[in-house]
Amino acid sequence: MKITEEMVDYVSALARLKLADEERSAMAAELEHILEYMEMLGGLDTHDIAPMSHIFPVRNVLRADVAAPSMDRAVLLSGAPVPDGEAFLVPKAVD
Amino acid sequence: MIWETVIGLETHVELATKTKIFCACTTAFGGDPNTHCCPVCTGMPGTLPVLNGKVVEFAARAGLALGCEITRYCRFDRKNYFYPDLPKAYQVSQLYLPIARNGAVPIPGGRTIRIHELHMEEDAGKLVHDPWRDQTRADYNRCGVPLIEIVTEPDFRTGNEVIAYLEKLRSTLQYLGVSDCKMQEGSLRCDVNLSVRPAGSVGLGTRTEMKNLSSFKAISRAIVYEARRQIELIEEGGRVVQETRRWDENKDATYAMRSKENAQDYRYFPDPDIPPLELPQSYLERLRAEQPEMAWEKAERYQRDYALSAYDTEMITAQKALADFFEAAVALGTDPKQCANWIMGEVLRALSERGMEPGDMALTPGTLSRLIALVQGGRLNRNTAVKVFDAVFDQNGDVDAYVKEHGLEQISDPGAVATAVEKAFGANPKSILDYKAGKEKAFGFLVGQVMRELHGRADPKAVNEAVRAGLDRC
Repeated sequence: MKITEEMVDYVSALARLKLADEERSAMAAELEHILEYMEMLGGLDTHDIAPMSHIFPVRNVLRADVAAPSMDRAVLLSGAPVPDGEAFLVPKAVD
Repeated sequence: MIWETVIGLETHVELATKTKIFCACTTAFGGDPNTHCCPVCTGMPGTLPVLNGKVVEFAARAGLALGCEITRYCRFDRKNYFYPDLPKAYQVSQLYLPIARNGAVPIPGGRTIRIHELHMEEDAGKLVHDPWRDQTRADYNRCGVPLIEIVTEPDFRTGNEVIAYLEKLRSTLQYLGVSDCKMQEGSLRCDVNLSVRPAGSVGLGTRTEMKNLSSFKAISRAIVYEARRQIELIEEGGRVVQETRRWDENKDATYAMRSKENAQDYRYFPDPDIPPLELPQSYLERLRAEQPEMAWEKAERYQRDYALSAYDTEMITAQKALADFFEAAVALGTDPKQCANWIMGEVLRALSERGMEPGDMALTPGTLSRLIALVQGGRLNRNTAVKVFDAVFDQNGDVDAYVKEHGLEQISDPGAVATAVEKAFGANPKSILDYKAGKEKAFGFLVGQVMRELHGRADPKAVNEAVRAGLDRC
């Protein structure tokens, strides 16, 4: 599959990545290689195989609806780049 | 040209579980910011979410009650987007195999609204912009609270049908006990998809999606506004643009949201952390067997067993808390008709004056029962009883203590009534002459004077009789 620079721009916009010009063309080539590699799978006969989303035969992993104490807020916020003691602060994201 | 409005709804309902969908944090409303959070619901790397079994049960119960087919083998998908209300940068939702599909909800008026699907997902956090710092504060207490999203087919033609459906939906979910459906706390939220087309045509026009609708009133008004906006736009030669619009309640208008917010490419894929669900037939049969009596079934029973009117029973059963209140009062031996009258009159009035939901009322069925018993026993007259009701409503006060403290008990002593009649006659000789001259109005005036003399506490029937008898003697 041909990966154009427009496609790279679109994907990097979705991923919030800013790529320099030389990175864009390198990225297009790299993505194309990865997809080519994945195309090997297209050569397999999957005629009788049901599509699957999980590789282990595990079903219905459920938890009882019983509350446990939440995390101490100071600990929860301790890894945040900019906390204010109560909340995580992020760049303006509301109208 | 005559236009037809076509509406579909997406309703998000918060489930009444004790804990979040993938972790054991509480779902309690409110709380200081980020105090109902843990590494799972704040999306810390390396955490493993585990699905709350109650969420599956509640979603399946809702699906069954809305006439859906339950997807026996279902799973969760990741909906990817970058916005700080979701710290994982994806929402765990269900796209490919939602738990329920193809339902049908009959609404009053004879039409049936088809349910496209019902799926489980997690709520996002709350963002509050701080203008002083020009930064946004993220509070993840709501993040991970379980939701079901119920998507209808575009089957509505009027705002009234939308409201009728939402009332039915709310009542159904409340009766199932799967949600409290409090709009003011955001536990029932609605997005409205609306388009217009020439009446009689089959295709669909371009639709807009309206968000931020936080009350039934707002939904009704937004539908009227948006339908008119689209019709005027087309009639002036314009074209409706498919976009998300925000309803501004203060300005009574919808506004297009920024195009950036409209950009949608969620790149869904199956969530590898949550193993799929395989719901046994026996499990679904058990849920079906346990389905409680629904509002319309209760309403029919009240009409049959208590001879109440269709209107009264519809009002009382519209909200489960009110029906529970009614049944508890009747179980205490209260006359069902009297009880219904009080609920339809004073209870609904008091709730609406305070902008309260029946479920939040302090007044207990026992207190109302006692008040009704005092009226029926002739110890309180109806007007005084309403005053007592208002006095005890907010704190569920003690009716007997209040009556005693304020000396409100009805005066049924014939001597006291006779004395008051004499006094009123003595003070108003002209009214007696007027009455004798055929002016019936004078009778009412004299009754009023006697009532005043007795501080409104007398039995109106006894006063009427005493005044009539006194006049006959004059």
